[in-house]
Amino acid sequence: MTVTRGFHGRRRDSDARLPPGQHLTPDFPVLSAGPTPLVPRDDWELIVATEDGTRHGWTWAELMALPSEDVTVDIHCVTSWSKLDTDWRGVSLDTVLADVDTAADFAMVHSHGGYTTNLPLEDLLDGRAWIAYEYDGDELAPEHGGPARLLVPHLYLWKSAKWVREIELMLDDAPGFWEQLGYHDYGDPWREQRYQGD
Amino acid sequence: MARTAIPGGLSARRAWRSATLADRRPETAQAVTLVLDVPDWPGHVPGQHVDVRLTSEDGYRATRSYSVAAPTDGDALELTVQRVPDGEVSTFLCDDLRRGDTVEVRGPLGGWFVWRPGQPGPVLLVAGGSGVVPLMSMLRARPAGSASPFRLVYSARSPEDLLYREELARRAAENDGVEVGLVFTRSAPEGDRRGVGRLRPEDLTGHGWSVDDAPTCYVCGPTGFVESAAAHLVALGHPPERIRTERFGPSGP
Repeated sequence: MTVTRGFHGRRRDSDARLPPGQHLTPDFPVLSAGPTPLVPRDDWELIVATEDGTRHGWTWAELMALPSEDVTVDIHCVTSWSKLDTDWRGVSLDTVLADVDTAADFAMVHSHGGYTTNLPLEDLLDGRAWIAYEYDGDELAPEHGGPARLLVPHLYLWKSAKWVREIELMLDDAPGFWEQLGYHDYGDPWREQRYQGD
Repeated sequence: MARTAIPGGLSARRAWRSATLADRRPETAQAVTLVLDVPDWPGHVPGQHVDVRLTSEDGYRATRSYSVAAPTDGDALELTVQRVPDGEVSTFLCDDLRRGDTVEVRGPLGGWFVWRPGQPGPVLLVAGGSGVVPLMSMLRARPAGSASPFRLVYSARSPEDLLYREELARRAAENDGVEVGLVFTRSAPEGDRRGVGRLRPEDLTGHGWSVDDAPTCYVCGPTGFVESAAAHLVALGHPPERIRTERFGPSGP
């Protein structure tokens, strides 16, 4: 163990809900690789594409017509901040994917602006993932991914793709944007899977 | 988006390494440059960052990310740390870490917000506050006589808050393709013609730089600054895929 002389730390973050290596923030920091895309709701569409090329689509009005859920979750960013008890409203991906026939085990999520991220399909199911469009009672702000983003709070937040536009279902896994740049393919904060090989 | 490969082996980048403070230089009243000696440092690309980990005697640990301020120079790794009010790690690094003390680092990290010497074309760097640090690493990596002109637009609260003030003035005076435009948000030097105020679109188009020059744009700073600067660049006609951003909020105290 390499000890830094004189360092004691504040230890104010000794919360059992805080994964290893994380600290609490009261703010909601923004991390994105490029400019914030501005996507009008009139043009917005969510596509689910299956491995055989079938495409399912929802307009904004169609998304709003689906049953929504209010969820309160903790979120964890790979840059080491965590935020507890964040309030969101969105549509569960169980609802979105209910009538989609697929043999896929993986998903590549595509965003406006070109961002991508990959996840096992099972991590998008069983009440663990949402298409979120409200944060803290308000419309989701563009810098946080509005009009709508993926929310997968049990994984590091880069998996919760902002400005989501398509979920591509795949038989085989493939790395997304940050995953190609050395970040972990799965990204479990409780196992501290920040980088490839962690 | 295009992607860039990361140098060095993955296992090398995820290992924690002991790093000894070799030197420290005050930059402003609130920021210090730390020169760490990291044996067998694998090297980094300008724009990358590292994780710094501090461990107390009883095993308590705190980790934060810091941008590297200078290009690869053997085992010397330069970080500029801005003191965050009440920050657990930054205040320790700024106030308490002495020469010969040991911390741990791992990296380099981040393979998107990078500029590689030899990458062709002009470069527009847009910095808000301590967001200038990774951009300074790019500027310092630019070879003398490079065919790639650089322009840095640097927004700070006041002249006293400028990092690398003398070096920036010197580099701009060399007439070697580096221009520096300063923007002050709270207080400007006497006689400053621009006056005080947040970054405006015309701050990004000065010195005859236009969209037609097709610069690669790197924007780094606090969230509000990056949102605004990137939106100005898009409105001026810069294609979003040529704008790379790195943002930090008050997230790393």
